[in-house]
Amino acid sequence: MISRRHFLQASLAASALLGPAASGQWGRLAAQQRLSQSDLLDFDTFGNVTLIHLTDLHAQTQPIWFREASVKLGGGDARGQPPHLVGEDFLAHYGLERTSAMAHALTHVEFEALGQAYGRMGGLDRIATLVGAIRADRPDALLLDGGDTWHGSLPALRTDGQDMVNLMNALGVDAMTSHWEFTLGADRVDQIVSGLPFAFLGQNIFDTDWNEPVYEPYRLFERGGALVAVIGQAFPYTPIANPAWMFPDLSFGIREARMQAMVEEVRAQGADLVVVLSHNGFDVDRQMAARVQGIDVILTGHTHDALPEPLLVGQTLLIASGSNGKFVTRLDLDVRDGQMLGFRHRLIPVFADAIDPDPEMAALVAAERAPFAEELAEVLGHTDSLLYRRGNFNGTWDDLICTALMEERDAEIALSPGVRWGPSLMPGDPITREDVFNVTAMTYGQAYRRQMTGAEIHGAMEDIAENLFHPDPYFQQGGDMVRVGGLGYRIAVDRPMGERITGLTHLASGEALDMDRAYTVAGWASVTEGTEGPQIWDVVSDHIRKQGRVSVPGNETIEVVTG
Amino acid sequence: MTISRRRILAVASAGLAVTLMPLPAQAATDAGDLIARFTDGATPGEGPLTISAPQIAENGNAVGVEVACPGARSIRILAPANPNPEVCTVHFGPRAGSRTLSTRIRMAETMDVIALAEMEDGGFVQASARVRVTIGGCGG
Amino acid sequence: MERIDARPRVRVPRSASPGEVVLIRTLANHPMENGERLDSDGERVARHIIHRFICTFNGDTVIEMEIEPSLAANPFIEFEAEVPESGTFHFAWHDDNGDVYEATADIEVA
Repeated sequence: MISRRHFLQASLAASALLGPAASGQWGRLAAQQRLSQSDLLDFDTFGNVTLIHLTDLHAQTQPIWFREASVKLGGGDARGQPPHLVGEDFLAHYGLERTSAMAHALTHVEFEALGQAYGRMGGLDRIATLVGAIRADRPDALLLDGGDTWHGSLPALRTDGQDMVNLMNALGVDAMTSHWEFTLGADRVDQIVSGLPFAFLGQNIFDTDWNEPVYEPYRLFERGGALVAVIGQAFPYTPIANPAWMFPDLSFGIREARMQAMVEEVRAQGADLVVVLSHNGFDVDRQMAARVQGIDVILTGHTHDALPEPLLVGQTLLIASGSNGKFVTRLDLDVRDGQMLGFRHRLIPVFADAIDPDPEMAALVAAERAPFAEELAEVLGHTDSLLYRRGNFNGTWDDLICTALMEERDAEIALSPGVRWGPSLMPGDPITREDVFNVTAMTYGQAYRRQMTGAEIHGAMEDIAENLFHPDPYFQQGGDMVRVGGLGYRIAVDRPMGERITGLTHLASGEALDMDRAYTVAGWASVTEGTEGPQIWDVVSDHIRKQGRVSVPGNETIEVVTG
Repeated sequence: MTISRRRILAVASAGLAVTLMPLPAQAATDAGDLIARFTDGATPGEGPLTISAPQIAENGNAVGVEVACPGARSIRILAPANPNPEVCTVHFGPRAGSRTLSTRIRMAETMDVIALAEMEDGGFVQASARVRVTIGGCGG
Repeated sequence: MERIDARPRVRVPRSASPGEVVLIRTLANHPMENGERLDSDGERVARHIIHRFICTFNGDTVIEMEIEPSLAANPFIEFEAEVPESGTFHFAWHDDNGDVYEATADIEVA
């Protein structure tokens, strides 16, 4: 008898072989400047269960540009491993041709040039077409949404997430988990959840008074003759990374022991397959997979990683499906007698130009946008350079936001949160009001202005760096490094807290940041209740209107040191 | 009684503006005094005492802590880097079902939370748990 | 010192078998003013806490706690009790202002 482990390894090897072969195919298509919907959907239906995974949509309903990170360092053992490989290293690891469609979708390599060849990615109407096609193959496929869905755009902000709720209901989601959803406030979340036609899962969300579970931990689905358990895991550090005052009665955390208990509980109820729909972030999921026994599949989220193959930890498959609607994962599984005997996987890139929009979804999206059409379309200016955010340190969008903060708010130094969301713009693109909201929309967008000493700025940066580069994934929380304007620094990411940040320089004067002096600092996205100031999108819009055309060179005032 | 008058860092309202660097040397001195006061100068040993707390506090104003120590007469919890480092002391009576207590404590900054148990034989044991208090606030 | 509406709440099983160890959970509303906080005028707010908690079963002590200002607001106290017979748990929270907040809970042991 062949063991389950053997099956999995054989199956993974087959998948690994498919990777480069498929990428070769992409390369040829690139040469022909042609991508077709049938190429994107090509998949031999396998086994008896299909999972469709979509995560971190950040309310992006339209096709977008999204440049992947060029710097995405992991802490500890994760360094140099997926998902921390970027650019050429990523291409080499997965055997992808550097000009292929998948190379463009998954890396920043020659992003502008390849973007012209392949076009934008995403769009909920295209996703609906893909989901519909998968369901044509496997009518009872489970569609699982990893969260960060109801936040990140102008319509989502203005409707308190209702536009996305309506659209995801129409898409036919079976279960979701959450993170930014809670920045709508706990009452609003409960209002939405009470009307959701699908499961809102979070085994790790408890109330702060009695410390008891608040939401459904899991749901069981009968699929293909197998009982599939989907356990939800919300972002464990939501009250730290986001304003806890918006959901003061909720406590999160990894709650690993309860995750193990839930796995055992669903197994005891006869689950043949245990899937964790997670918003932990990839490295936390990797560690959890090694420590919690009995999980077959973790659908990862939060860290926006996209991997063309599953990563196997013990006997657990980790799936990374990207963000902002760029990808949909299809995972077919052979599940029998309480065992996952094999899988077939495809990370489907949502190339908007190659996929016919689903007309029904396109109409629904248009209807949700209609009340805001005029404001969305307002052109504020143009960019002559690539604007992007994703990466550990300042992207060009961040530099533009920081400049806007310093100039519009008359500040010496700017701080901007290291969130991972926010699409890119290509050189020559108009910058619309929608584009600005796509990189700033949130329920706590007030741009504050306050005095901070050099020591306080340094302390805050050390604290945030610790959250990002701690060698133990369970200590990693929140987003990427805080973005700074008017400030240069050197960061030795592998040093202990308090010793990472050196060479802090006040760029305007060229002098070392004075630890004792108070500086005027402008920033936004403070987690403090009652923060006052104009909304960040208005600050940035005003700045762009005044500039007319913007051009942002890459940031050369942050020096990153490893080792 | 010496209580350090370090400024309380209002963790929940810190935003990006407040630094919460630990001050380990100072805390260590305080902890020694605090322990000696409970043990009347005796040096606590190791024993069946456990203290459980989250590695990272979600909210420094309310950090869940559980202490357990079979054979303990009483258990004291200390947060040495707080302006008021003493948290509570629990005495177990004849109807106690176990020598266990769960409660929530305030933590002004990252520190080792200390539990001290006085055993039924009059000896003392000590255990501690590191809890990180962070300003957070960087979304994701 | 101001009066507090502490609304003490307890969670105790309704029934148990003789000698069983049961989980007791308690909550009270209280700001637990630690004496360190400054008000909006920069004045120090005086200490005002619950400084003692005691739980008895049929008159015998389960636990007794001395509480200091570093316990979190809205004190949450969870512990275990052994119940040899049917009876009543009595809970008391002692406020610095002299008030005592009380609660009781019955348990059927059979």
